[in-house]
Amino acid sequence: MRTTRREFLILTAAALAAPTAAKAQLDPNLAANRKAAFQEALRRIVGDAQVRRGRVKLVLPPLIDNGNSVPLSVAVESPMTEADHVRAIHVLTEKNPLPDVVSVRLSPRAGRATLSTRVRLADTQTVTAVAQMSDGSFWSDSAEVVVTLSACLEEGLI
Amino acid sequence: MARAVVTVPAQAKRGEIIEIKTLAAHAMETGFRRTQTGELIPRDIIRTFTCTYNGVEVYRVELHPAIAANPLIAFTTVAIESGTLSFQWVGDNGYSATEIAPIRVE
Repeated sequence: MRTTRREFLILTAAALAAPTAAKAQLDPNLAANRKAAFQEALRRIVGDAQVRRGRVKLVLPPLIDNGNSVPLSVAVESPMTEADHVRAIHVLTEKNPLPDVVSVRLSPRAGRATLSTRVRLADTQTVTAVAQMSDGSFWSDSAEVVVTLSACLEEGLI
Repeated sequence: MARAVVTVPAQAKRGEIIEIKTLAAHAMETGFRRTQTGELIPRDIIRTFTCTYNGVEVYRVELHPAIAANPLIAFTTVAIESGTLSFQWVGDNGYSATEIAPIRVE
C-alpha cells in the first residue's frame, strides 16, 4: 500500500509532536509530585505532631557550584542526657528525585547531636532538617541553596 | 574492595566528647542516572552506617541516594571507657565494610 502525501504529512507531524507534548506535560507535574513527596516524607517522620522552628542549626553553603557534593552539617541544641536528648535527625529536600537525604539515630552516648556529611542536590532548593527529641517534640531548620550544576540529571529536569 | 578510613583520637579523658570522622570508598550510584544508550544504571548505595563502642551502638545513620559519593560521616561520642570503636557500613549488592579503632581513656 502506498502512503499518500496527506497521510505522510499527518504521520510526520504526529511523530514530531508526540515527544514535545509528553515533555510539556511532564514538567509541571514533576514539580508538584516532588512537593507532594516531600510533604509525604515529612508526615511519615513527624506524624500529626507540630514541628517548631529553632534548636536545630542546619549549615549549608548559600551558593554551590557542583551539586554532586555539597557539605552539610546539622547541630541540635540539647543537653544530651538520659532525660533530655535528641532521638533522631532527618534531612529532607524539596526537589531531589527522592525527598529523603539522611536519617540519624542517636542516644545520649553521642555527646552532642551533630552530623557532618556531603550531599547531592538536584536543583536550587530549600533543604530542611528535622530533629526528634526524647520528649517527642519536633524542631526544624531550613536553608536555601543555589546550585549552578545539578546532581543526578534526568530528562525531566533538563 | 571495600575500603574505609576512620579518624578517632588515640586517647581521651573520661567523659570527654570526641570527634570521629569516617570515609568509605563507594560510588553511591543513585539509580537515577542513565547510560549513553538510555538504560537506567541500577542503584548501588551504602544504606546504613553504625558505630558501636565496646558493643553498644552509639550512632546510626541511614543513607539515601542523595548522599555524595565516598560518603563522609562526622559525629561525636562520649569517651566512657578504654576499648574499641567499631564502624560498619552495609549497602546494596552485599556491600559490607568494617573498621575498628582502639581508644584509651584515662
